[in-house]
Amino acid sequence: MKLTTTTRLERLQDRYANGDLSRRTFLTLTAAAAAAAGLDMPWMRQALAAVEEVRFDGWGGTVQEAIDKYAFQPYTAKTKIKVVQGTFGDEDEIITKIKTAKPGDYQVIHSSGVNYYIKYVNGGLTSEINEANIPNMANVLQPMIEPFRKLTPKLSAVPYDYGTTGIAYNTKVISPEEAKEKGAALLLDKKYAGKVGGYSDMTTRVWYAALATGQDPNNIKDMDTIWAKVRETRDLAKKFWSSGAELMDLLSKGEIVVTDAWSGRVAALQDQGHPIGYLDPAGSYAWMEDMLILKGSPMAESEELINFMLDPATSIAVAEGQSYPPSLDPTKVKLTEKIEKLPAFDKTGTMKSLTFADPTYWANNEDAWTKQWNRISKGA
Amino acid sequence: MNNRWTLYDPRLAWMLIAPVLLLLIFFLVLPIAVMAAYTFFTFVTAGVETSTLTTANWQEFFTDSYYSGFLLKTLRVGAITALLCGVLGYFPAYFIWATTFKHKWLLLLLLIVPFWISFTIRTFSWINILGEQGVINVALLKLGIISEPLPMLYNEGAVILGLLHFLLPYMILNVYVSLEGIDRTLISAARSMGCTSAQAFREVTLPLSLPGLAAGLLLCFVLAAGSYVTPQLLGSGRDALFGNLIYDTIMGELNWPMGATLSIVLFVVLGFFAAIYTRYMGMSQIVKGLGG
Repeated sequence: MKLTTTTRLERLQDRYANGDLSRRTFLTLTAAAAAAAGLDMPWMRQALAAVEEVRFDGWGGTVQEAIDKYAFQPYTAKTKIKVVQGTFGDEDEIITKIKTAKPGDYQVIHSSGVNYYIKYVNGGLTSEINEANIPNMANVLQPMIEPFRKLTPKLSAVPYDYGTTGIAYNTKVISPEEAKEKGAALLLDKKYAGKVGGYSDMTTRVWYAALATGQDPNNIKDMDTIWAKVRETRDLAKKFWSSGAELMDLLSKGEIVVTDAWSGRVAALQDQGHPIGYLDPAGSYAWMEDMLILKGSPMAESEELINFMLDPATSIAVAEGQSYPPSLDPTKVKLTEKIEKLPAFDKTGTMKSLTFADPTYWANNEDAWTKQWNRISKGA
Repeated sequence: MNNRWTLYDPRLAWMLIAPVLLLLIFFLVLPIAVMAAYTFFTFVTAGVETSTLTTANWQEFFTDSYYSGFLLKTLRVGAITALLCGVLGYFPAYFIWATTFKHKWLLLLLLIVPFWISFTIRTFSWINILGEQGVINVALLKLGIISEPLPMLYNEGAVILGLLHFLLPYMILNVYVSLEGIDRTLISAARSMGCTSAQAFREVTLPLSLPGLAAGLLLCFVLAAGSYVTPQLLGSGRDALFGNLIYDTIMGELNWPMGATLSIVLFVVLGFFAAIYTRYMGMSQIVKGLGG
């Protein structure tokens, strides 16, 4: 098991404090570590220089601000390892960049769950995590880990948060009663033609078309009716947004009055005082996000970072900041009242109340459906 | 002494152009060659392709009207934008050339001021002007001239407007440089032989400035037809151009072989227009326009 010097010394200190080590042994081991660190061989300097920073790429906006404030900054203060950050609006965009970069240029990705996990695995871009280096994984919801393990028994990612893509609406135009009554059909209501929005993403569009046609999104029988519904929404839509920032901009400026939307971004808008309502209609699209370690990353430091992020205090602070529930099991870790009130929060820890995309089913259809969606979005 | 170097020795010429030639080979020819090779690769699934050679991507391009439709639409938008740039850009260029204002450099400086701001931010600024909560709609609503906001954003008009904003300086500079090259005594001669100001403009100034106008048209057309950001920000999905198609194929579908095919198509088509221009006008005018 490879450990960083910081972790090694911390664990030594813990063992000494717990009485597992004698004072003499503790001092001997600490001195040995100090001597090793003090030997200034050229190769050691290179090795040490290599772990001065970890590269992280995420979704930007309020989500990444929360991660930076509550996880990265304290992590850097504690370990002196800097987290260099990048952002992306669309995960396919970062996959393209990773493909063209050399292993190690990109290291930790805030990825969109199993649907994207398959893409990294197929592309040979993933690493293999040593779970023993992430003891805080013990608190992570097993129903969130299982889908990843089904794809690769040796994990490359650790689930971190989850949310839903429900319906957001402007409460000055649409009443909560009307929203509740119409549910997903609001996106197809001709009354709001030209004021409808939606995520410019195949999965979301097909998912909501499936709900509108009364089909199971994880077992669609009639794709023709799905594409017809997707076209119907397209013709009513003013703009399909492509990032969380754009979604918030369109909703807050009143350019659109109803859209499918990410629960956390809507919660952020509500916190800012905008008149935006949110509901998860039956079968609402649930998704999870994970921290994925790419091939060529400094494994010990990346694992240490993820372990730090999964520490209950850190994870809870991040969850409150980004308005998405954490992957911590609420039956094992006491979560705050604020988190329990977040949209999509599952207090049972079974995740049975949420409908996730079946990764194998969607992976099998991804290429053809994405191509068709790209065409429809451009007027085909 | 046959080995002695002379002033116009071909070996010296090759040595002088070698660095630029190498740069061109490594940063232009080689990437395009790699891209061309990719067009024959086989797409397996998102993000995965094999080097098994196939003509499937080219077959798809030539047999699917979706692609040719987008290509024609892109050329149309590019042509409209270039023509509007020509019409709107000629007058400021003529004004700057003809003015007797002693600080003419200030006017030229104003032309390049927009380039000091990021292109994306300049494009985004139109959302705050044309949007439903934008300056125009809010002012018109407050004045009671309209009761509903005008739909000015996320359509082809907004895309062309954004492109005009971006490309007009290129047109003005090209025309201005061309006008600057005109011998003003020719205009005086025309006037002394009885031409009115309008006739002198029509018979002397305009024909002599046409190479600059043509260079501006080509530049604006090529840049507009190859644009990606402006339609993405100011247009709806229907207003996408060929560049957006390439982006979606490479970044959205992670289908690099097809994306490479579309990229080569756009490169060849725009290169064809540039070649026609070079054949009849020469590239020197564009170089002059860009170099000032």
